[in-house]
Amino acid sequence: MEKTRPLWANPLQFVFACISYAVGLGNVWRFPYLCQMYGGGSFLVPYIIMLIVEGMPLLYLELAVGQRMRQGSIGAWRTISPYLSGVGIASVVVSFFLSMYYNVINAWAFWYLFHSFQDPLPWSVCPLNGNHTGYDEECEKASSTQYFWYRKTLNISPSLQENGGVQWEPALCLLLAWLVVYLCILRGTESTGKVVYFTASLPYCVLIIYLIRGLTLHGATNGLMYMFTPKMEQLANPKAWVNAATQIFFSLGLGFGSLIAFASYNEPSNNCQKHAIIVSLINSFTSIFASIVTFSIYGFKATFNYENCLKKVTLLLTNTFDLEDGFLTASNLEQVKGYLASAYPSKYSEVFPHIKNCSLESELDTAVQGTGLAFIVYTEAIKNMEVSQLWSVLYFFMLLMLGIGSMLGNTAAILTPLTDSKIISSHLPKEAISGLVCLVNCAIGMVFTMEAGNYWFDIFNDYAATLSLLLIVLVETIAVCYVYGLRRFESDLKAMTGRAVSWYWKVMWAGVSPLLIVSLFVFYLSDYILTGTLKYQAWDASQGQLVTKDYPAYALAVIGLLVASSTMCIPLVALGTFVLHHLKRGDAAPVA
Amino acid sequence: MAKADLSAAWIFFFLTLPCVFHPERMLWLLFFLVTAIHAELCQPGAANAFKVRLSIRTALGNKAYAWDTSEEYLFKAMVAFSMRKVPNREATEISHVLLCNVTQRVSFWFVVTDPSKNHTLPAVEVQTAIRMNKNRINGAFFLNDQTLEFLKIPSTLAPPMDPSVPIWIIIFGVIFCIVIVAITLLILSGIRQRRRKNKEPSEVDDAEDKCENMNTIENGIPCDPLDMKGGHINDAFMTEDERLTPL
Repeated sequence: MEKTRPLWANPLQFVFACISYAVGLGNVWRFPYLCQMYGGGSFLVPYIIMLIVEGMPLLYLELAVGQRMRQGSIGAWRTISPYLSGVGIASVVVSFFLSMYYNVINAWAFWYLFHSFQDPLPWSVCPLNGNHTGYDEECEKASSTQYFWYRKTLNISPSLQENGGVQWEPALCLLLAWLVVYLCILRGTESTGKVVYFTASLPYCVLIIYLIRGLTLHGATNGLMYMFTPKMEQLANPKAWVNAATQIFFSLGLGFGSLIAFASYNEPSNNCQKHAIIVSLINSFTSIFASIVTFSIYGFKATFNYENCLKKVTLLLTNTFDLEDGFLTASNLEQVKGYLASAYPSKYSEVFPHIKNCSLESELDTAVQGTGLAFIVYTEAIKNMEVSQLWSVLYFFMLLMLGIGSMLGNTAAILTPLTDSKIISSHLPKEAISGLVCLVNCAIGMVFTMEAGNYWFDIFNDYAATLSLLLIVLVETIAVCYVYGLRRFESDLKAMTGRAVSWYWKVMWAGVSPLLIVSLFVFYLSDYILTGTLKYQAWDASQGQLVTKDYPAYALAVIGLLVASSTMCIPLVALGTFVLHHLKRGDAAPVA
Repeated sequence: MAKADLSAAWIFFFLTLPCVFHPERMLWLLFFLVTAIHAELCQPGAANAFKVRLSIRTALGNKAYAWDTSEEYLFKAMVAFSMRKVPNREATEISHVLLCNVTQRVSFWFVVTDPSKNHTLPAVEVQTAIRMNKNRINGAFFLNDQTLEFLKIPSTLAPPMDPSVPIWIIIFGVIFCIVIVAITLLILSGIRQRRRKNKEPSEVDDAEDKCENMNTIENGIPCDPLDMKGGHINDAFMTEDERLTPL
């Protein structure tokens, strides 16, 4: 008797799973950065256009393929054309790389979450130096949040070459992160379907709480006004459009095979068009929502730092000229400075180099993305709020939910093809396969807990998924439209769901989206070639800031290997299938 | 220098007084000599002198008190108190502490003299004394290390609370155990479900074997119900028994 394919208990679980997968850390830490860099409010124009032109059609395509083929990525593409099963394999390889390094972020979130239960928060004060007369030197040069991130969490080495050993604290957190992921995927859709209710909805609860708190913070409006003021001239900047397209593309998680895997557990009659539109709209809405929260936090932090800077200047002047305490305020600072410059010129010129020019704009202009935003900038803002432990716990809990939700999708992309294959699933039960995958990923992930681990993390983050995904999705679109046949696909969908496919989708699939992806691909390649040698940011403990260094040769080799191992799958498998096919035909001919 | 001239003038004046005021004259002489020397002992930048800076309004805001001579007296008392804690200096009196150059900031310089009031105590001793009792001095003025500064005397910062077991390990341990227990439960229940499924097909197989003895089974469907459901035996077809000619 054939085992029936496990299904989602209801369509809501499928939608939640897709939302939980698509809404991830990128919405929180990449979109606000892009919005700030490319013109604030005016960035929304290219973003929404790209959503409608690129995001929705490609998402619908992947969901439709998965629902129609009812198999994981390898099986689905093999069904479309045996020469194209390389696409599925490439998807699995990329997902494997992604899950290796992505869970390290969850490990860091766990680390910060566990450390949030202390008073005062450990990243709010610098530790003391040896003889307790002052603060630790590295911490003084950088800030306490940067020190906690680079020294206490990562214990980062000065360069990629100095590997250091595996740090046991992040290693423990990584182990815990993998155990939690294993717990969620253990039973397949049965357990995943229940977990996604939480991982999809809880981040929104926390975001709403943070929105209310963020908007009521002192100085939040400064940030919001500055960031959202549209700078219309950025619309003419091609980089804005490219980045909007890239952000939509990667934010939806296309090409990893996770969406195909999730859709394969659907009832065939499920209305995936409606779900595709819902998921992509919710994903974009979450990005914009998260950026409102982020900008109000930025505004608070910038105002706080600006006022601190003013206080320092005031104190310096008060002490140097023995003015009455409380006489100098922010409002009369400039006047008094002028008076002092004229009345005591020699003394003033002595102290002048130390007087910093405090500017709110320059504080607001510091645009940060990625782990720096999540673990340094946000924690700096949190430590200045009242009841900072509560806000810290909420924030890192939200990061965890977002990260684990995305991990569920990543592991589903790897596990679904494995459990679909008859060879493996006949020998091992589902739990053992999931356990093995988690174990292998955890063991390899220990590389990222070494002292140079963060540098390897950056390599994986920047190069493991970017080029390969563009190629994979391009081949997918061409395969469905031209190899399988758009008309055939359209009639399949009509038979399956009972609804006709609108002309809009057909035009997008056949023409516009592939063109867009090709142009993105060309842009990326030219960017890599023009940049010359690849560089990375290393933390210099003696200066307390990041410095740029070149990658050593073996790191470049690893980068090349990462990109090649996924992209080469497609032509190699096609070639291999072609050769095998010819050999079989050669064998068959004499017999017939 | 002006003060030295003044004292010299006073000395000259009293030397000309009638000899009947000898003891008091000597006392006055001594007094002004002492004042002169005091004036020279406490000067900004003098050896063994320390500058103190208070930021009362920053610390207390509306509840700030004004800095007057009574507060200065309290300060002298606190310094004398700190010096008394140093071995060999238990005899320090409030009058041994000298303040000068009080500005509006509020900042001033102070020195501590020995009982003879001729020399100032070495800076190292004053430093150790103040460092040991900084908390008491801060408390007396409702200030803290940032708002009551002794320049050149770095304050010992309070060491952070270091619990024997870091808090994060406790929380980590709790969550780790919960996750392990949940995984074990899920795996065990999965194994139990699979064992039950394995038993069910074997029971179904037994039932099928029994059926076979009674009915033929074609394609998994027992023929028995097929025979019962409708259909008439067509007599036009010869039954199997009659095809074979009996012996």
